[in-house]
Amino acid sequence: MDTLEDIGGPAQPLLTIKGLVKHFPLKKDPLGRGGGVVRAVDGVDFEVLKGETLGVVGESGCGKSTTARLLMQLIEPTRGEVVFDGREVGSRDLPLKEFRRQVQMVFQDSYASLNPRLTIEDSIAFGPQVHGVPRRDSVARARDLLGRVGLSPQRFAERYPHELSGGQRQRVNIARALALQPRMVILDEAVSALDKSVEAQVINLLLDLKAEFGLTYVFISHDLNVVRYVSDRVMVMYLGQVAEIGPADALYEAPAHPYTRALLSSMPSMDPDNRTEEAALAGDPPNPINPPSGCRFHPRCALAAPVCSRVVPERIATGSQYAVSCLIHEPGSGHPMAQQQQQPLQRQAA
Amino acid sequence: MSTVLASSPTAVAVEPLPAQRSRGYWASVWLRLRRDPVAIGAAVVVLLLIALALFGPWLAPADPYQSSMLKRLKPIGTEGLPLGSDELGRDMLSRLIVGARLSLFIGITPVLCAFVGGTVIGIVAGYAGGLTNTLIMRTIDVFYAFPSVLLAIALSGTLGAGVVNSLISLTIVFIPQIARVAESVTTQVRTRDYVEAARASGASPFTIVRVHVLGNVLGPIFVYATSLIAVSMILASGLSFLGLGVKPPEPEWGLMLNTLRTAIYVQPWVAALPGVMIFITSISFNILSDGLRSAMDNKG
Repeated sequence: MDTLEDIGGPAQPLLTIKGLVKHFPLKKDPLGRGGGVVRAVDGVDFEVLKGETLGVVGESGCGKSTTARLLMQLIEPTRGEVVFDGREVGSRDLPLKEFRRQVQMVFQDSYASLNPRLTIEDSIAFGPQVHGVPRRDSVARARDLLGRVGLSPQRFAERYPHELSGGQRQRVNIARALALQPRMVILDEAVSALDKSVEAQVINLLLDLKAEFGLTYVFISHDLNVVRYVSDRVMVMYLGQVAEIGPADALYEAPAHPYTRALLSSMPSMDPDNRTEEAALAGDPPNPINPPSGCRFHPRCALAAPVCSRVVPERIATGSQYAVSCLIHEPGSGHPMAQQQQQPLQRQAA
Repeated sequence: MSTVLASSPTAVAVEPLPAQRSRGYWASVWLRLRRDPVAIGAAVVVLLLIALALFGPWLAPADPYQSSMLKRLKPIGTEGLPLGSDELGRDMLSRLIVGARLSLFIGITPVLCAFVGGTVIGIVAGYAGGLTNTLIMRTIDVFYAFPSVLLAIALSGTLGAGVVNSLISLTIVFIPQIARVAESVTTQVRTRDYVEAARASGASPFTIVRVHVLGNVLGPIFVYATSLIAVSMILASGLSFLGLGVKPPEPEWGLMLNTLRTAIYVQPWVAALPGVMIFITSISFNILSDGLRSAMDNKG
């Protein structure tokens, strides 16, 4: 297995997602009623640049994990395309099997993502063997990777998953993802289930490995602090749509979307002078089977105006790399706050 | 690179590990089973029965086919007939011992065949999911809807009497039951993250089933199949009882129960002996499969 070459050059995004939609059909009752759809992911566009870490945040049920599974092609999208380094995934240019060599995933549940009947080294060596690496070589690579994720091969290679701690198992999962020498790794809540101290170790390991192997990360988490720490850019999702996407520092310092503001103000602060002042989010997110009309956030939005329930906000670029979907930032949208600023908010790229 | 890693805090994953070499899954199941005295007792009985089946003809004190009009229906404890004699004056002890072979054979063989067939069908249905699953499982349900005794009798009756035909009909009776279990376990395993991860590494469905699914579903299916051995023995005995299975004068417990039933008022204890053997066998297999189930349930 040779190293994978860069095709489009550094300027071309590694991954481009266009109009990604995933609707899960609901079962009809015997009389044929019902049968709606859960709009888990409903029109998502974004890019992942080469060598960056894109953080994805949002409440439970906002479609983060569905997006991850769609990116990984573990579930079939209803609509939309996934373009990897200029080649459409699943096309003749980039067959699925080849794509899956280049993109790997680490799951949240470190125990459930390892086969309890296989030794650690067999679990890691499975991927390369699927891609035609002889068993001896793939086991050698597995042992090498164990060392790189900080687990001594002599002590761990022939162990079974239940003999390891959560942090050790997640290191194994990371090694397994790297065994195929991918260019991109999707980390779906990969550190969320770990103790804080172990979480910090694993995050540092991830950052080291990223530098060592020149990886690109999609880092999905509900932990806003962790996302800020690891991400170059951050995407905020709400009810299957992108609320806001932009460079991490700019987004955390001056969030443009009311949802992002609410989300960030719910973040506990270590500074007593900097207590939560803005009202944190009240209630649960609405039902994705029957999402609110207009802007999906308007029933919970502190700045909602009548127009928000009628007009679907478009994505407005408010700076390089920065985009927000909110009528406040859409000139002439009819939102009272939008009229005050005819020009879209221009912000400095961080 | 190793120097960088060694100096970084991520390189240390200090946590004590058990000193002994790690055991495989089945080794730890055996370790837990060993601590379960009831299951071990049942296992010993099962082994004794298997020994009886293998070496019965050499262990039997008398010829199980040798009838005697003078010694008919003698009670237990008669001189030379420790367990009495049957309606044709044959030695019950010898017939019970020699009968173990045929009884166990027609009890276990259908379960083994159904284990293979049902597992394949169940895994295919469970892993494929969707329409394939619906088609396979609804077909299975048609068979499942019949009471198993009725289905076995109907199939045996259609195929005709005989040992081979009764084995075939029992296999057909058990395939749907095992397939159901296999399907439900496979459906659970299919959604585990390690199967997703295997799919994400580009493995074909066949490879995923072979490496990741099979090892995790065979245990529960095996346990269920062990519990069917008792049912199979009773059904097989029932078929023999009805004259659809083993033919006289072969010694087989179900058939012996049948031919001795007319003597139930004359010599009730002797007439009950084949039933006692069937009972001991089926309860031993049941206890053993229960013990196996709890030994395998234990996580970690």
